[in-house]
Amino acid sequence: MSAGITKEHLEQTLREKLSADHVEVTDTSGGCGQNYDVIIVSSIFEGKTLLQKHRLVNDAAKNEIAQLHAFSQKTYTPTQWVELSNKK
Amino acid sequence: MSLRSLTRLARPFAFNTSLTSSFIKNASNGIKSPLVSSILCRYLSESLKKSLDETVQKNDVVLFMKGTPERPQCGFSRAVVQILHAQGLDFSKVQTFNVLEDNELREGVKEYSQWPTVPQVYIKGEFIGGCDIVLNMHQSGELEDLLLKGGLVEESEKEE
Repeated sequence: MSAGITKEHLEQTLREKLSADHVEVTDTSGGCGQNYDVIIVSSIFEGKTLLQKHRLVNDAAKNEIAQLHAFSQKTYTPTQWVELSNKK
Repeated sequence: MSLRSLTRLARPFAFNTSLTSSFIKNASNGIKSPLVSSILCRYLSESLKKSLDETVQKNDVVLFMKGTPERPQCGFSRAVVQILHAQGLDFSKVQTFNVLEDNELREGVKEYSQWPTVPQVYIKGEFIGGCDIVLNMHQSGELEDLLLKGGLVEESEKEE
């Protein structure tokens, strides 16, 4: 039985395939590698609808997501990310 | 191809389970040999695809979820149900499907929508997304606009 997808592998995959400036991966399955929340910041998201952005991510991590129990994502363009960070 | 993928292909999802599935009727028509069907159909049989096409077109809102609106069996599914309720949607307008009851549907709908997870929401025949997207649209007001436009909710009284 597989131990699940590692956080590092998922992070790496997303970073490379989406030319991401910033990726945050949180294992919400208590270390089981089965549930992940991800935040991805990339200019690849510019001008895209929410659905388009999510589909990009789904396609990039297609094999990984298929093996997970749960996957949730937040996607930002670099500009949106800076705005968000400034609000905090 | 990994062992995991091979195992998945060998799983009899594409074999005819229409007799036990509440969703499909007479899926056996047109399937020639089990081997051919398991390679070509993968999870989404022609008849399931047709049924799904019909369902999303005929119903204002379609929700594929884990559990039922009364008893969701997953946090993400529960969240979607709560959001739709919060938007004032009358659930008599919503056709819901519990994918936990039907494995063929559970895998087939992922291929149909080209979306890897459940819950999945369709509004007026258009794929909207899963929990993340629905939540985002709820927060931005986009969901309310969409539901208003589709005549699915009434304008809520806003205080000036």
